[in-house]
Amino acid sequence: MLLTGAEIVVRCLAEEKVEYVFGYPGGAVLYLYDELFKQDAVRHVLVRHEQAALHAADAYSRSTDRVGVALVTSGPGVTNAITGIATAYMDSIPMVIISGQVPTAAIGQDAFQECDTVGITRPCVKHNFLVKDAKDIASTIKKAFYIAKTGRPGPVLVDIPKDITIAKAEYEYPKSVTMRSYNPIIKGHQGQIKKAVQLLLDAKRPMIYAGGGVILSDCSEQLTKLVRTLGAPCTNTLMGLGAYPATDKQFVGMLGMHGNYEANMAMQYCDVLIAVGARFDDRVIGNPADFARIARKIIHIDIDPSSISKRVKVDVPIVGNLPDVLDDILRLLDGSADRPDQEALGEWWKQIEEWRRRDCLKYKQSDEIIKPQFVIEKLWEVTKGDAFVTSDVGQHQMWAAQYYKFDKPRRWLNSGGLGTMGVGIPYGIGVQLAHPGSPVAVVTGEGSVQMNIQELSTCKQYRIPLKICSLNNRYLGMVRQWQEIIHGNRYSESYMDSLPDFPKLAEAYGHIGMRIEKPGDVEGALREAFKRKNDLVFLDFQVDQTENVYPMVMGGKGLTDMILSSEDL
Amino acid sequence: MRHVISVLIENEAGALSRVSGLFSARGYNIESLTVAPTEDVSLSRMTIISTGSDDIIEQITKQLNKLIEVVKVVDLSEAAHVERELMLIKVRATGKDREELKRVADIFRGRIIDVTDSTYVIELTGNTSKLDSFVGAIDASLILETVRTGVCGIGRGDRILRL
Ligand SMILES: Cc1cc2nc3c(=O)[nH]c(=O)nc-3n(C[C@H](O)[C@H](O)[C@H](O)COP(=O)(O)OP(=O)(O)OC[C@H]3O[C@@H](n4cnc5c(N)ncnc54)[C@H](O)[C@@H]3O)c2cc1C
Ligand SMILES: Cc1ncc(C[n+]2csc(CCOP(=O)(O)OP(=O)(O)O)c2C)c(N)n1
Ligand SMILES: [Mg+2]
Repeated sequence: MLLTGAEIVVRCLAEEKVEYVFGYPGGAVLYLYDELFKQDAVRHVLVRHEQAALHAADAYSRSTDRVGVALVTSGPGVTNAITGIATAYMDSIPMVIISGQVPTAAIGQDAFQECDTVGITRPCVKHNFLVKDAKDIASTIKKAFYIAKTGRPGPVLVDIPKDITIAKAEYEYPKSVTMRSYNPIIKGHQGQIKKAVQLLLDAKRPMIYAGGGVILSDCSEQLTKLVRTLGAPCTNTLMGLGAYPATDKQFVGMLGMHGNYEANMAMQYCDVLIAVGARFDDRVIGNPADFARIARKIIHIDIDPSSISKRVKVDVPIVGNLPDVLDDILRLLDGSADRPDQEALGEWWKQIEEWRRRDCLKYKQSDEIIKPQFVIEKLWEVTKGDAFVTSDVGQHQMWAAQYYKFDKPRRWLNSGGLGTMGVGIPYGIGVQLAHPGSPVAVVTGEGSVQMNIQELSTCKQYRIPLKICSLNNRYLGMVRQWQEIIHGNRYSESYMDSLPDFPKLAEAYGHIGMRIEKPGDVEGALREAFKRKNDLVFLDFQVDQTENVYPMVMGGKGLTDMILSSEDL
Repeated sequence: MRHVISVLIENEAGALSRVSGLFSARGYNIESLTVAPTEDVSLSRMTIISTGSDDIIEQITKQLNKLIEVVKVVDLSEAAHVERELMLIKVRATGKDREELKRVADIFRGRIIDVTDSTYVIELTGNTSKLDSFVGAIDASLILETVRTGVCGIGRGDRILRL
């Protein structure tokens, strides 16, 4: 069938069962937009800034198991999208980005709205392509989806010059892809898996450290089985929250810089550690030399060999796809005559309970002023722990991670690797479109929310009833916290004057705004907001300006060197 | 430690910049990089000379393998291998220096491939240290310009890097 390049692109997206494309038009993609106009299999969501298109597509993917798709024009369309691409890249989110490019003959001429898209995006994509012939479009898009979602997932960009969208070519969507240079490993090495199982069975103080890989590969069920079979404590990284149910007694909370006391202590003092789809990030293990100070055997399962022994040396590396490797481990555990040492486990749990009694997330309640932690606790109660929660970046993000107990995977969306302020609302858009009718809360701060506030307009257009919970502390709080602790209370540029009246701003966009000033009003406001199923409600919580996130492990310190409250300073 | 890393990579536009970009983005050392198509023109072969601790070299090979267009990566320096580099060196050759330069070139099995009244271009192949010694052996003030290809390497005997 002879079709134009633009027709082919849209057919390919339909073939991949793409439900939504998030994007913004421009000269280089006019033919693509014309084809979108002529069909209704693939729906387009018009954002107000390309960065938001990328975040929304990213969130669509994070909250489902599908590939997110974004479409942007050449030049400024692409440069605006970079932050969104890099955000997805750092958290290994599968996405396909289609970008327009100036016509082939104009490439390299400093043409209007030209930029070297393949060059600019190279360091923040899993792979990218420049299509130079309309007959290559279908196979390239097929490859892009395949690369994005297999192996360690990531964003893949396909740059298409304008003339290629006009040119005609024979169309047939390839049924499958084989690439001699790209063959992700699926099965783990059986010898290594046996070794791991034996180590786990012989452990006196086992510890399970699970991360975003569990969410990305949808294997919470196997993880939960493993934790229960071993009777061991389990911690989740910021990216792994929801991988193991947070309300379960074997869950010891998040670990790392703002992790729970008991989680960090158990990480340090376990004798066998199994890392499951987690990458020993610097915010997670603190000072690597200090972490290595205590001998323990480490098993690391990851699909990306370069994640293994990057920062922390491991004893049993297992390269493979988590669901496959966990199935193998569970089968061997079931079949083994050995059982975990109950007596040793009893001692280990006694120790963990003692750490737990420190109650590290305790905070001083107040009748006068709203504590930010309290808002999250109430949010959890009001939504019965079953909402989708997106977050921006800062203190509010950490409080959301600490106090909202996620029991299910893909419910918690935030930017962990890049730490991108401004993701909150666009993430909400992506999640809500993927899960119409489900409650979606956006936890944000007055700083972050202003980085993509224009998306309130997109929410209006597509009737996206987010519940935006802004923990308004009139400070770039996370920055202020570091300045308080490290820079002698010199609050250099972390206070923001002349904030808008957020409820009024929300109203100007056609939504509902509320300002909440008293602790006693928090629950009522949340209940009312969530009752309004079809409305976006912006809740401007005026919270304690001086509150800090604890526990805290300072940069360069060991994981057990935690500041538990302001009294420790 | 110095390592000789051989990479088989799809012969596609931009593949080289993915490799060089990887080295600069991650702060890895790169002493030299050579690349050209193989007998199968759909593939290119690179030889990269890098230095670093074992941990860093391990990351380098893992990161190279992660590039979608890379087909195979081998650290040649893990076992017996040979390395060769080509140098063209233009020297001022006048008076009694003409004889002397020719003599030194002969000792190093170099060939004079261009001659004028006042200059020679000498072609020399060998491993890096041989080329370095040649440069050291001639009077530095006579050297007008040098150009080196960088090292290419291959495993000895049955060690074969191919599809
Ligand atoms: C302000 C701020 C504070 C932070 N504080 C903390 C903190 O206190 N604690 C904390 O944990 N984080 C914190 N972070 C986040 C941190 O920066 C990292 O993003 C996070 O710790 C990484 O999570 P992860 O190890 O689960 O890896 P991810 O980035 O989720 O990576 C997933 C891993 O799983 C692997 N994988 C993917 N798919 C598969 C598969 N199918 N099979 C096998 N393996 C697979 C990948 O290769 C990768 O190695 C903070 C971030 C910010 C912005
Ligand atoms: C785009 C971007 N710029 C700067 C930062 C650095 N940064 C991290 S947290 C933070 C403050 C966030 O303020 P706010 O959204 O009000 O949240 P709070 O910490 O007060 O809860 C800043 C500036 C960042 N993460 N992202
Ligand atoms: Mg703030």
